[in-house]
Amino acid sequence: MADDIVNLTIDGVAVSVPKGTLVIEAAKQAGVLVPHYCYHPGLPVAGVCRMCLVDIEKAPKLQIACATQVAEGMVVHTQSPQAKKGRMGVLELLLINHPLDCPICDQAGECELQDFTFQEGRPATRYSPDYPKRFNPVEDFGPDVLYVPNRCILCTRCVRFMEDVAKEPVLNVSERGDRAYIGIHPEARLDHPWAGNVVDLCPVGSLLSKDFLHKARAWELDKTASVCTGCSQGCNVTLDTRDDVVTRVRPRPNRDVNRYFICDHGRMNYRWLNRGDRIEAPLVRRGGELHATDWDEACERVATVLRGAGGTAVSLVSPRASTEALFLARELFAGLDWTGAFQVVMGEEAPLAGVPNLALRAERAPNGRGAELLGYSRDYAAALAAAERAAVVLVLDEPDVALKTAGVVIYAGTVLPERARDAVVVLPIANVAEEDGTFVNRDGRVQRYFQAKPAPGMARPAWWVLSELIAALGRADRLASAAQAFDRMAAAVEPFRGLAYAELGFGGKPTAAGALVPA
Amino acid sequence: MGYPHKPHPKETVVLSKHFGEADARSYKGWVKRGGYEMLKQALTMEPAKVIDVVKESGLRGRGGAGFPTGLKWSFMPKEKKKPHYLCVNADESEPGTFKDREIMRWTPHALLEGAAIAAHAIQAEVTYIYIRGEFTEPWTIMERALGEASAAGVFGGMKVHLHRGAGAYICGEETALMNSIEGKRGNPRIKPPFPAAAGVFGMPTTINNVETLAAVPHILKHGAAWYKGLSLASPKSTGTKLFSICGHVAKPGNYEVTMGFPLKDLLYDLAGGMRPGRTLKACIPGGSSVPILNREETESCLLDYEGVVEKGSMLGSGGVIVLDDTTDMVYQIMRLARFYAHESCAQCTQCREGTAWTTKILERILSGQGKTADLDLLLDLADNMTGKTICVLSDSCAAPVVSGIKKFRNEFEDYIAGRRKPVMVA
Repeated sequence: MADDIVNLTIDGVAVSVPKGTLVIEAAKQAGVLVPHYCYHPGLPVAGVCRMCLVDIEKAPKLQIACATQVAEGMVVHTQSPQAKKGRMGVLELLLINHPLDCPICDQAGECELQDFTFQEGRPATRYSPDYPKRFNPVEDFGPDVLYVPNRCILCTRCVRFMEDVAKEPVLNVSERGDRAYIGIHPEARLDHPWAGNVVDLCPVGSLLSKDFLHKARAWELDKTASVCTGCSQGCNVTLDTRDDVVTRVRPRPNRDVNRYFICDHGRMNYRWLNRGDRIEAPLVRRGGELHATDWDEACERVATVLRGAGGTAVSLVSPRASTEALFLARELFAGLDWTGAFQVVMGEEAPLAGVPNLALRAERAPNGRGAELLGYSRDYAAALAAAERAAVVLVLDEPDVALKTAGVVIYAGTVLPERARDAVVVLPIANVAEEDGTFVNRDGRVQRYFQAKPAPGMARPAWWVLSELIAALGRADRLASAAQAFDRMAAAVEPFRGLAYAELGFGGKPTAAGALVPA
Repeated sequence: MGYPHKPHPKETVVLSKHFGEADARSYKGWVKRGGYEMLKQALTMEPAKVIDVVKESGLRGRGGAGFPTGLKWSFMPKEKKKPHYLCVNADESEPGTFKDREIMRWTPHALLEGAAIAAHAIQAEVTYIYIRGEFTEPWTIMERALGEASAAGVFGGMKVHLHRGAGAYICGEETALMNSIEGKRGNPRIKPPFPAAAGVFGMPTTINNVETLAAVPHILKHGAAWYKGLSLASPKSTGTKLFSICGHVAKPGNYEVTMGFPLKDLLYDLAGGMRPGRTLKACIPGGSSVPILNREETESCLLDYEGVVEKGSMLGSGGVIVLDDTTDMVYQIMRLARFYAHESCAQCTQCREGTAWTTKILERILSGQGKTADLDLLLDLADNMTGKTICVLSDSCAAPVVSGIKKFRNEFEDYIAGRRKPVMVA
């Protein structure tokens, strides 16, 4: 194994990395971020921006860290006067044709041209104001992408993404010299289902999302690690919130799931997180009508129903519910003849050709696999039939429920659909942006998502609501967190055994069912 | 001088021996002159043996870099796992250079024979001859010659294709040329991988200049020792070289001399000296991409790889651009910079932006609006553009600027100080 490890020194820090590692990646091990534009770990190396120039002892000239592989005994200096001058020269050249319109640019605040210029650029340009700057008009590239060529630094990340990752090469570099710009095939649109990634990949404000255009300044956004609810792939995402409103969804790197990318369906699937028509207080049926009340009364009402119940119970659940909630929704009916089921909206599958096992999945829900592992059935029709004769039915955030039952309906949800108004108790719950929890993706990987904003009014996470109900029945202690709920599940349910919430980290862990891919 | 012309007594005609003989263009005419004999001989030799002879001869690449040819061939994989390719760089687009054009115009079969020997040496089954798009006459002649030679079966199982460029200077850079053959944009590639590992279509490839390959049959015929013995000066530069001399001389044209020949003699004897009443001011000895020499340097320079480096420039492609005392050096350098700005492939930041900025500064100086600080800015910019990019186009733009300011600073200062009438630059 020692043969596969290379030892080198970067800015005085000794690092050991696998053979074949690029200097720019090895530098990260030494805590050094070498400034760069064209390099991106999810794309083939281009070596064109020449920003990552570093000084390597014994090399005749400066080398680019992104295209140089480590070698045993290599000594790299990123801060030598020559290296710094080389990079300063690149920054100056990148800025001579740049409009410096940061005050009106969406990228400002998260712009790598700004960041590296502040870090090591020249304090002032030597480019005379007498010289015109390159001008090209804004181009409408596709459904969600605008191209602002004046800001473009021609790093070609977008071109390489479309060519080598999406495998739909509609972008190119057109023209030569300082007249160059990113061109699009005259008969094509940038409408590939994963095209939105070019906006994230663009290190400057040249490729913009129309959806996010002028919505917020980057520094106003709070960032929360989450998991996309768009399909069963379970792409890791970051929710950007401004004043507790989700304004943008961006990919969060996870080598095992989505690399650096998310699809446009997932990217645009966030507005429901900001719905205004939410249930803000528990409701109980009194005199034929639902009345707002407090949690104590609502829980007691449910407990009363369940204490006297016998026979069959049915849970109709949303595959967007957390694994913890799904577990507790099953536990609530322990001792009864129980049926649980879920239904999934299906759509068209849209793979990202250049990345194995990554696609917008036909199953448009994040936690169908979790529901399956917990014993929920996909036979929704059978569950609906069972519900007709059931003593009690719990509906967990499933607004599209054509429910006919003689039994008692308990509805826990974020919004109150017409059909749920027959419920005896309505319990307001948080949505995915408002709680901590986990989903299990189609490959059986458990992944955590984190709370990005507060739940409205008295709404609470479903795991909390269900744990209160179970506690009210005197069957188990109250749970204080999603972590406790998960750990209780891990102790009780086979595929989750051995897992601990605290150890799932930001990247998730495979369940014992990991190897089993659902049919 | 155009062809036919009687060689100057100081010339050593090897490659250019049959220049001007229309009959030499035909397959029959070439065979009559002993053509393709060396290919037949080479095919009976082990490839490694051919490489050894070329190595021993000291032949170096005539395209500009001067890399030892035999050594380059020996980089090809010994054990053949993939198809091997030979690319012939006939994209002669370096300003001031027009020697490969004459080889293809007059002795197309010399190139085909040299290429076939090289293909045998590197075990290539496919050869691409990439001809500059503007070379309409050489293209027609090469096409006919290839047809005749193929019909005569001289290539055996080897395939030889002509590929016509579309007019980009950068496609003369070897990796850009390979991209162009593949149908891609002519962008230079980052190295490694080197062409011998992954060249055209990702296969092991050797790429040689026209003049380099045209010399190979002669080396096989007369032996490595003969070729080495032709050199007048440095033992590291051997054989003969075609020099294209242009600019302010009485008889511009191609002249073939042995390595180590005095540039002064090329200029004053072979090319007939300066035009009447003019004196030499400067010379760019190796195509537009190399540093400019002043008069003293020019007149004491020996034409071989080492000799020109000693004077602070490079032998390059052997395109000698002669500038007399009427030359406006600032204008001349601006024109060069403008050429590179136009031809930059736009990949590397320093080249894309730096060549254009350099041009703008030079244009402003010429317009009389220059600032004193512009000269230091040009030099610093040139430093930022040198040795930091994928290929050397950026360096090539910087070289004449740096040497021009160093050697002719007063001309720049005259414009900046208003001592010289501004020039309209369009």
